[in-house]
Amino acid sequence: MPTIVVDVMPKAELLDPQGKAVAGALSRTGHEAVTGVRIGKRFELTVDGPVDDAVRADIEQIAADILSNGVIEDVVAIHWGDDDVTAPPADDTDSETVDVSLTDAELAEAAATAPEAHDGVGYDAPAGETH
Amino acid sequence: MRVGVITFPGSLDDRDAQRAVRLAGAEPVALWHGSHDLEGVDALVLPGGFSYGDYLRCGSIASLSPIMAEVIDAARHGMPVLGICNGFQMLTEARLLEGGLIRNDHGNFICRDQVLSVETTATDWTGDFELGQQITIPLKNGEGGFIADDDTLDRLEDEGRVVFRYIGVNPNGSLRDIAGITNARGNVVGLMPHPEHAVEPGFGPDTVEAMRSGVDGLDFFTSVISRALARI
Repeated sequence: MPTIVVDVMPKAELLDPQGKAVAGALSRTGHEAVTGVRIGKRFELTVDGPVDDAVRADIEQIAADILSNGVIEDVVAIHWGDDDVTAPPADDTDSETVDVSLTDAELAEAAATAPEAHDGVGYDAPAGETH
Repeated sequence: MRVGVITFPGSLDDRDAQRAVRLAGAEPVALWHGSHDLEGVDALVLPGGFSYGDYLRCGSIASLSPIMAEVIDAARHGMPVLGICNGFQMLTEARLLEGGLIRNDHGNFICRDQVLSVETTATDWTGDFELGQQITIPLKNGEGGFIADDDTLDRLEDEGRVVFRYIGVNPNGSLRDIAGITNARGNVVGLMPHPEHAVEPGFGPDTVEAMRSGVDGLDFFTSVISRALARI
């Protein structure tokens, strides 16, 4: 049975607190070569039967409408198997998809620089917090 | 006045919301996510909690529940809908409200009594407040950071659709200190803090008068009753 993999990442310009926490742990444990970590999601969709155009269209829509929320995330790739990787469709719905013309290096740069604005915020427990 | 409170798998605050409705003077109606029947209610509350374990994204699977088809249709026809915390997340996932909620910028779950300013009284859920009034109600979330792109934020501000802002401290990294927003019509309101936990003396936030005497959340529920009476 074919397995289709959908990769979803938080938008590059958004703070990724999970990735930031991991990056902090790497820094504390001496892995200074790593300057940024971002955490996304990988979905493995198993289908019964051939992956024809109809199935592809359905899965592209599922990826854009359900597996990701275009306000906060991007579908960065759909892997159809056999190294057949396609970008998500530039569909006409209101869902936003990443500009896949970005190279990995550009994405990495965006990921590494975007959270900078939030650095130094830290966790400042507000008064009255009970947990 | 009958106000429906929808229970989803993983809802936590549905009973508190029902109680708040009752204390405000309306009849609470327990609704089930798996039904397609709104049972003729006049308004709806989507309560807080962790529907479906917050799997996929907070509120996302709940927004695909059977009853949400009726909720979306009713909201678009003007029925008052209040989404609290997880309910707010559902409303954004259902695209009834703009923006999204992401993990708190500091990475921690937070639980505190939170001061808010009332930024508009022109909604079905805030008519009994004074403009600019500061209220204190509990806030408890792990993923309450409100985000949207700049154009959306500007539009929300220009159209007077920011309903509440955090005062004193921004507890979760929400952009422009936004705690709650409404739709263009003013019938759908979503916010992260919990008005239903501040409706009865003895069980609310502390005030200068007495411990746990804060009942600032009650006006959300009296507002929707007032609005309904005004339409009769």
